[in-house]
Amino acid sequence: MATVIIPTPLRKFTNNKVRLTVQAKTVSDMIQKLTSEFPDLKKHLLDANGSVPSFINIFVNDDDIRNLQREQTVVMENATVSIVPAIAGGAPQ
Amino acid sequence: MNHEEIQFSKEELARYNRHIIIKEFGLESQKKLKAARVLVIGSGGLGSPVLLYLAAAGVGTIGIVDFDVVDDSNLQRQVLFGVNEVGKSKAEAAKQRLQSLNPYIDIHVHKVQFTSKNALDLIKDYDVVADGTDNFPTRYLVNDACVLMGKPNVYASIFQFEGQVSVFNYTNNKGEVGPNYRDLYATPPPPGLVPSCAEGGVLGVLPGIIGSLQALEVIKVITGVGEILSGRFFIFDALNFEARTFNLKRNPSNPLNGTNPTIKELIDYEQFCGMKAVERPVKEISVRELQDWQVRGEDFQFIDVREQHEYDIVNLGAELIPLGVVAQHADKIDRKKKVIIHCKTGNRSAKAIRELEDKFGFKNLYNLKAGIFGYIDEVNPKLQKY
Repeated sequence: MATVIIPTPLRKFTNNKVRLTVQAKTVSDMIQKLTSEFPDLKKHLLDANGSVPSFINIFVNDDDIRNLQREQTVVMENATVSIVPAIAGGAPQ
Repeated sequence: MNHEEIQFSKEELARYNRHIIIKEFGLESQKKLKAARVLVIGSGGLGSPVLLYLAAAGVGTIGIVDFDVVDDSNLQRQVLFGVNEVGKSKAEAAKQRLQSLNPYIDIHVHKVQFTSKNALDLIKDYDVVADGTDNFPTRYLVNDACVLMGKPNVYASIFQFEGQVSVFNYTNNKGEVGPNYRDLYATPPPPGLVPSCAEGGVLGVLPGIIGSLQALEVIKVITGVGEILSGRFFIFDALNFEARTFNLKRNPSNPLNGTNPTIKELIDYEQFCGMKAVERPVKEISVRELQDWQVRGEDFQFIDVREQHEYDIVNLGAELIPLGVVAQHADKIDRKKKVIIHCKTGNRSAKAIRELEDKFGFKNLYNLKAGIFGYIDEVNPKLQKY
């Protein structure tokens, strides 16, 4: 089972769960399983074309899936998948 | 100035002694710091530790870009400032604080908003840029300006309990240029998807941690000591105390410096980030009208779309249905009588109304203009603001 790490801004859609274990062969498969369990995640993880939007990065272990096989990247048993959205904070008013 | 020409006074040598005696650092690195010119954009949560450490470390010329003034709510994390500075210019107050910390350096104040018009001009006199801004348009602007001017951009960003750090557009000693922000995130999220810090909050110590790491990378970029965080992307989750570092690569389709660049000058970043899209107006009610309705005993449903912890600080007795789950609870919202929806200042409640209208066809929803803060200002100043 792979472990998926959910970032702070998306935890409100996963009942505040930080780590989820998912049985999935590919990133695409993983997203499908995650979004069927937590439907509100869908608009954050998939754009209108069914791809991961460019303001969300998914890393399998240490590497960006865009430098691997994108959504078709294989998720190995025991892999850690990190979802890392763009955040802009720094000097909030 | 070439760092080899740098001289130190006796006082400076005493001051920087703990740097100079580190074998890997030494007098040479200290000279590089004094010769360096760093522009820090934003002197808030991240800018505070960055500026304090760069000044203490002896960076010879520091520029501060900030047009804002110090507010009470800044003091929880913007450690450059104290109660005496509330209401004063951040850049001026920062200069005063830093100059008293280290009188042997030059501080330049740029009390302006960083825009497409002045960005290149502001950056051109500096060697390194540290981005401590707080919104997506300025993030992309800083990034693009640094790439166009060939300056390294030491990036850090925070949200609630999470921080990110990387060094963008860094040219290594082989002349290879590293990735930039657009290689990491080609486009920003649509407005409203990720709440701003003002809405989402931030743990005060987090910018202290992340800004200190940013200062560290600025010092490494200047001195060349150690392995610079270029081509790597660091994230820290304060809640679980977990840090991870990922690999980053340049993207051939990067519009700035990919194989077929299309952006050759700065653009309109508000437009790029979708900020100029006109949002459909919603029906509104003023806080005075709300008060009239309450006095008259008008029959209406009253909903608060803020978060539980905000509700616990202050509320107007409305039903709490936070924005993130409002669609799930649409069945709790009356379709016949008037429904007033409120939040802190009126933005989140307008989003809730648009979502409910779009998904469920509601026609009886009214947004409380200026939210609970407006109510406190105009109707009941005794209530607690936060």
